[in-house]
Amino acid sequence: MTRFGSGLLAGLKVTWRNLVRRSVTQHYPDVKPELPPRSRGVIALQEENCTVCMLCARECPAWCIHIDSHKEVTPAEVEGGRDRSHNMLDRFAIDFSLCMYCSICIEVCPFDALHWSPEFEYAEHDITDLVHEKDRLREWMWTVPPPPALDPAGEEPKEIKAAEIAAAKRAAPPPPVDPAGPQ
Amino acid sequence: MAEVLDVALRCAAVLTAFLTLPLLVGQAEHKVMAHMQSRTGPMYAGGFHGWAQLVADGVKFMQKEDVIPARADRVIFALAPAVALVPYLVVMVAIPLGPGLVGQDLDVGLFFVLAVMGVGVLGTLMGAIASANKYSLLGGLRVAVQLMSYELPFVLAAASVAMAAGTLSLVGIVGAWQWWWLLWQAPALVVFLVAGLAELARPPFDMPLADAELVMGPLTEYGGMRFAMFLLAEYAGIVVLAGLTSVLFLGGWHGPFEDQLGWLWTLAKVGLVSFLVIWARVAYPRLREDQLQSLAWKVLVPVALAQLVLTTVVAVVLA
Repeated sequence: MTRFGSGLLAGLKVTWRNLVRRSVTQHYPDVKPELPPRSRGVIALQEENCTVCMLCARECPAWCIHIDSHKEVTPAEVEGGRDRSHNMLDRFAIDFSLCMYCSICIEVCPFDALHWSPEFEYAEHDITDLVHEKDRLREWMWTVPPPPALDPAGEEPKEIKAAEIAAAKRAAPPPPVDPAGPQ
Repeated sequence: MAEVLDVALRCAAVLTAFLTLPLLVGQAEHKVMAHMQSRTGPMYAGGFHGWAQLVADGVKFMQKEDVIPARADRVIFALAPAVALVPYLVVMVAIPLGPGLVGQDLDVGLFFVLAVMGVGVLGTLMGAIASANKYSLLGGLRVAVQLMSYELPFVLAAASVAMAAGTLSLVGIVGAWQWWWLLWQAPALVVFLVAGLAELARPPFDMPLADAELVMGPLTEYGGMRFAMFLLAEYAGIVVLAGLTSVLFLGGWHGPFEDQLGWLWTLAKVGLVSFLVIWARVAYPRLREDQLQSLAWKVLVPVALAQLVLTTVVAVVLA
């Protein structure tokens, strides 16, 4: 059995505590929010890195990436050489009305052409306007932040280890050659 | 001529207070309620922390269409907001701000004030019945029941102070007030404030309005300026209730430097009580209809009667 009136006092206490504390309101358009690292705002495209391998478009669960391309052939530079063909990107568009921000395209891109940008203010009045073409996606590259620093307590990335081993190999003297030669 | 000028000046002063104080309380409610809920409330209107929010609201209300339901009793429907609002203006005439600062010092001031405040509730009742709407009717019935049960402790608590002071004049009551009345009349103070809240149908006693189930009850069919008048009546009611509480129980203009700053003391006490009214709204959920009734009849009326006995005994002993 609680004391009579303790509930009344508790109500006053809670409201008073809120009154003397700062409010938690985000003053959004006046004060931009501080987003955590790796925020998924919009997908930016580093167009120069794209080889039109189509991995992103094929892995996308929502089928929201549209890619058009054609092949251009560079004729052989030397006599008897081989003609080289290049994929030229004609269209790269992401339909953000379908995108579910799963990040699979960014994970799967082998050439780091896709990146997350924290930019989120791209609402439109018409849903069809949410299809953004490659020039707009390229512009968002400028808003992509540098990758956050590694956690000091975390495991060392395996690239560093591999590079260290390679460097150690190069620095070490070459193994002695057996004068007798292989038997 | 000087007499006419004096009356005109007093009327103008009362009207000014009537038009500004409720807005101040309304704005305070916006901000205090917001901060009690960890929000900031209006921030844009007027530039500085949304100080002009209620002005903007007023402009919005004025632009709205004046709708009267087809089956409504048009005359009574249109009259109801005025009936709800004007009594509070009339009551303000009798509430003293300082030793000489009162619209009209009436010999039966307390009686007059309580009687006229009862008329204000009639406006809500009129609107309820004239709307031809089931929610309005239910809300109106609840208003009537609430008025019936809470008018009694309200009047009994006020009567206790009148007995202590030996006068019905509000100026006389403040004049006779001593600081230890705060203890002597404390139960009456609580009863008066709670019953007053219930008469105004303020949360947590807003069962008649109950916007979640009765769609604002008697105000369901009202919009635009008529609704704004009801809203203004609610805030004017808070000011009047706070004014009466400070005059009857908190000693009105009594305080340090009361000769020079008496009116400021009254205003400060009105502000304090208004803050309590807002606080109660934020802190407590709405009472159910049966809880409302048992609070009135099983708690407030007995306490008010006991206070009357106590006041009588002490008054007789002192005499």
